[in-house]
Amino acid sequence: MTSPATLSADIKKIREEFPVLSQKVNGRDLVYFDNAATSQKPRQVIQALVDYYQTSNANIHRGIHTLAERATKAYEETREAARAFINAESTAEIIFVRGVTEAINLVASSYGRAFLREGDEVVISALEHHSNIVPWQLVCEQQKAKLRIIPVTDKGELDLDAYSKLLSERTRVVAVNHASNTLGTINPVTEITRMAHAHGAVVLIDGAQAGAHLDIDVAAIGCDFYCLSAHKMYGPTGTGILYGKQKLLEAMPPYQGGGEMIKDVTFEKTTYNELPYKFEAGTPNIGDVIAYREAFRFILGVSREAIRAHEHDLLVYATEKLSALPSTRIVGMAPEKVGVVSFVVEGIHPFDIGQMLDARGIAVRTGHHCTQPLMDRYGIEGTVRASFAVYNTREEIDRLAEGLQRVINFVK
Amino acid sequence: MNNETPRSIAAIQDEIIADFALLDDDAEMKVLYVMELGQKLLPMPERDKTDENIVKGCQSRVWLTARLESDRVYFTADSNTAITKGLVSLLIRIFNGQKPDAILASDLHFMNAIGMERFIGTQRSNGFSAMIRQMKMYALAFKTKMEIGS
Repeated sequence: MTSPATLSADIKKIREEFPVLSQKVNGRDLVYFDNAATSQKPRQVIQALVDYYQTSNANIHRGIHTLAERATKAYEETREAARAFINAESTAEIIFVRGVTEAINLVASSYGRAFLREGDEVVISALEHHSNIVPWQLVCEQQKAKLRIIPVTDKGELDLDAYSKLLSERTRVVAVNHASNTLGTINPVTEITRMAHAHGAVVLIDGAQAGAHLDIDVAAIGCDFYCLSAHKMYGPTGTGILYGKQKLLEAMPPYQGGGEMIKDVTFEKTTYNELPYKFEAGTPNIGDVIAYREAFRFILGVSREAIRAHEHDLLVYATEKLSALPSTRIVGMAPEKVGVVSFVVEGIHPFDIGQMLDARGIAVRTGHHCTQPLMDRYGIEGTVRASFAVYNTREEIDRLAEGLQRVINFVK
Repeated sequence: MNNETPRSIAAIQDEIIADFALLDDDAEMKVLYVMELGQKLLPMPERDKTDENIVKGCQSRVWLTARLESDRVYFTADSNTAITKGLVSLLIRIFNGQKPDAILASDLHFMNAIGMERFIGTQRSNGFSAMIRQMKMYALAFKTKMEIGS
């Protein structure tokens, strides 16, 4: 394993792989701390996009010409890379989608409409992003099922005792995130899955905040569905994957109809293509999927262990630095976190802090982070969130602390 | 104060442009300056901070009320964010004491001249437009009231 110190020495090299980072914003070196919203892209991902459009652009799967062959091969290579990245059994279990939002909508709609009945229950948590709330609300309303919520503790952890009490023979689905986008909490997804399975429920894990930061092993977790967005893990926007256990995917009706997903179409009856194509109607996002492979390569090249160690170092350092500032309170102090620090400064609105930091070239996110129920839980309107990636440094955290100190001095 | 003749909207805009020109085109100094202006804004009575008085289209909460004294318009405003409060204070500086007609006919150009969109971003700029719209709505209402009254 690369120690954090060793990786720190390599960070300069890693940063050079990200062209966007070497610019000035408002006269100062850009500090990019909005990685939980989207990460920046390394050269190899950008180059893969360019190469695809310059050399291999063609529609995939049914073409017999050389370019179609080439594009199809590259597209399917990403599927294999994704399978290996999350340790799925087969590429039939990897469906390309636009991102986590579409993945959850696909499962909620397809699985939900086929298997949820009146009186059934879907369990989500108070830590969820709106994209893991609203699709379930929609399907619960349609199917007259009930949505139950796992509460969060003051520290920002899921209350597992309360969770175990929510589970019953009525529970059909449990859907939680692997890591919280707002607080950074890493949820015990293996334990959550085990408990759900004991009640016969299927489990979906929203891995949006895990993809770039954690080791993901769907076999070890045991979950039934797992979702990733490429753009939050150094890949292009507009693509991601839904992993689903083959047996479940086979039992589920198609989500969208069109080309690619069919076997035979007559006006009387259509038979569907086999997995994973049954769920990939229409021409997919070929170029971005092909470039996504380079994102997997990039992460594995640096090594997930080294990334985790480096980001943990940044998290600890930032927590220390920000806690020391006057009137500043970190929201979410779970012992297991990814590199996300959400905080509020008493008497200063998050928007003002965000604007002031931007004026110093520092990009953070402010507001409710698409987790309004969670904000309600803590009785706040929003937070300022700094979220880290492999290319961030302690020096950048110093600049954040310095910028914050300046706003606080000015306002107080 | 109703008998004072306020300087023209154009003259006040020029003054604002000149003030910002002293800030060396430094985004941070501009933001701090705007926040400082907000701190100097006359306080708005708490009872006026109602949902009804919230300006729609702003991400931050902005409360705005207006009154007509003789034939001139006076606004009071507040916001839950310091920068927005500073921004609305600029509009109050320009519009307070003007006649409804002058407000309706005004063409605000100082925002471009001070590079406002660059230092407050598009979302806040949209909110700023919403504030101007709301102020002009008040001016129109007062103008109509005056015409009916006369």
